[in-house]
Amino acid sequence: MNPHGPAANPVWAVELNHVTKTFHGTAAVCDVNLRIADGEFFSLLGPSGCGKTTLLRMIAGFEAPSDGSIIIGGTSVGDMPPHRRDVNTVFQSYALFPHLSVRENVAFGLQMKGVPKAEIATRVQAALELVQLPGFGDRKPRQLSGGQQQRVALARAVINRPKVLLLDEPLAALDLKLRKEMQIELKMLQERLGITFIFVTHDQEEALSLSDRIAVMNHGSVLQVGPPAEIYERPLTQFVADFIGECNFLPGRVTAISDGIAEVETSSALRISGTAPQPVAPGDQVMIAIRPEKVRLIEGERPSISNAFPVQIERVAYIGSDTRIIVRLPDGSSFDVWESNTISTLDPAAYYAAGDKAWLTWTPQNALVLTE
Amino acid sequence: MLRSRQEQRRAWWQASPAAIWLGLFFLAPLALIVLYSLQSRANDGTVLWTWTWANYAQLMRDSAFWRTLWLSIWIAVVVTAITLVISYPLAYFIATRPRRWRIVLLFGIMIPFWTNFLVRIYAWKVLLGNAGVINQLLEGLGMQPLNLINSRLAVILALIYGELPYMVLPLYAALERFDHTQMEAAYDLGANHWRAFRRVMLPQTMAGITAGAILVFIPTVGTFAVSDILGGTEGFMIGNLLDLHFRTTPNWPYGSAISMIFMLMLLGAIWLYFRVTKEVPDGENPG
Repeated sequence: MNPHGPAANPVWAVELNHVTKTFHGTAAVCDVNLRIADGEFFSLLGPSGCGKTTLLRMIAGFEAPSDGSIIIGGTSVGDMPPHRRDVNTVFQSYALFPHLSVRENVAFGLQMKGVPKAEIATRVQAALELVQLPGFGDRKPRQLSGGQQQRVALARAVINRPKVLLLDEPLAALDLKLRKEMQIELKMLQERLGITFIFVTHDQEEALSLSDRIAVMNHGSVLQVGPPAEIYERPLTQFVADFIGECNFLPGRVTAISDGIAEVETSSALRISGTAPQPVAPGDQVMIAIRPEKVRLIEGERPSISNAFPVQIERVAYIGSDTRIIVRLPDGSSFDVWESNTISTLDPAAYYAAGDKAWLTWTPQNALVLTE
Repeated sequence: MLRSRQEQRRAWWQASPAAIWLGLFFLAPLALIVLYSLQSRANDGTVLWTWTWANYAQLMRDSAFWRTLWLSIWIAVVVTAITLVISYPLAYFIATRPRRWRIVLLFGIMIPFWTNFLVRIYAWKVLLGNAGVINQLLEGLGMQPLNLINSRLAVILALIYGELPYMVLPLYAALERFDHTQMEAAYDLGANHWRAFRRVMLPQTMAGITAGAILVFIPTVGTFAVSDILGGTEGFMIGNLLDLHFRTTPNWPYGSAISMIFMLMLLGAIWLYFRVTKEVPDGENPG
């Protein structure tokens, strides 16, 4: 299954065409167009209030789009009620039924479909084993830990073998260590079942590590869709560059373009060459985006490359895997630099100290020229 | 767990006001009723102190008593059922409004009840009377007047009106606690509105239904003012029968025996109610 190849699937698992949702005149979701392939792990990533949950609720059928169409497995769902859609949801609050046992919770969907009792019993057992909770069938949800409740919610949804599983920040309520464990389990579960996952999250690391593709949203619109590396390495807008990972920004104006490399002059007269993911023309106001781990500090003579600026070290923070350094550019603005601690040493002289002078350099591929 | 004798003694001491209260205002009168019910009536209407089961024996054969008891229970069941059917959607509506609206709406339900109870019953008389508001309206439209007053209908209407808040409040409390995302989860798992309600919302609000039903049923079955003012002979209920035996006739021993039987029947009814509602959908039966 290749979700990225052209026409790998003639029928998409989910297709959104010009989907818009307005609440009392304000657009919560604005003209969203997405095609999600069968078996894909697709994430909707954005800050809270960006419309990702509303979009998910429209796919589930809890909200009706104000405009546009939603197609699930080739069928336009229009005003089809949630109980007839071939999708299931894992809610952020889990929404387990507190008056039913774990077994009854997991069996609920099959009972609604009228599956014979004997089959329900075996499938419930299999689902509980799948989420590593065999033997928990007779407990009530309140007798389980948060992580266990999360697994029950997963089992209750996947037992119905839906075409698409919708997950609304399912790991948000868990502590960091448990969240990391559940991320791996979730990914393994998805690969094993081959169900399309649409995963809503505001955690960029979670989205990067789990997804086949990510759609970054803000203010109700999808800003960029692509595989994790593309989103991180080639953000198209300042918002995406800023929201995913860390980034240094320098405003400027394009002065010349040659061989796909744009020459930019910053407001403080620094001349920087960078790569433009979208076409730019001389005279355009742009934003240079440079990730802190993609630059280098060099001591001594000025290196003979195009992007090299004399800087002064301001602060040095050792955080184990990296050393995070804040430097000051000739124009006075500060700039983050992360250096990987590839050599194991206890010698403080191996690191920079505040007040040291150095050259800050980067290759033009690592300086992105963004138009927004 | 009580640790020491001293603590135990303190616990008793702290509970004693409640015990005294219960004994004085609940157990003593009850014992008195039991006592009276085993005596007989003197010719001048006072209590004749002779131990006898005669009152109970007579009651078993008293068809007027059984008819009145049956009518009271029937009216109370109808009133409780209709009040529940009206109150559940109403409580649901209030519980799902934004917070500040809930308070306003709950207030709206309670405000009429700041007026005196009797005044409100007489208001129904004004509404339903033979020359009352409704009949004047009907006549104005050129229609035949209806005989609304002095009927079971009048009693039932006024009781539903009067008991509504006692049903709405416990239901509201249950529905406000209920996590409504669970309904979405049920729809998501393939339940239509009815099955989601029956399997998810109803079992979790059962405590509210029980509380409301008991709060409405008990005062209704024993009502006497409402049936006295609006019921006429058609709405003669057990409360009126007791009134007759304690005030008009008077025959306190016989009235006490009626009280005892009536109370035992009520306890039986409530016990039955708990037996039945315990078997309400709790998961096992697949929809």
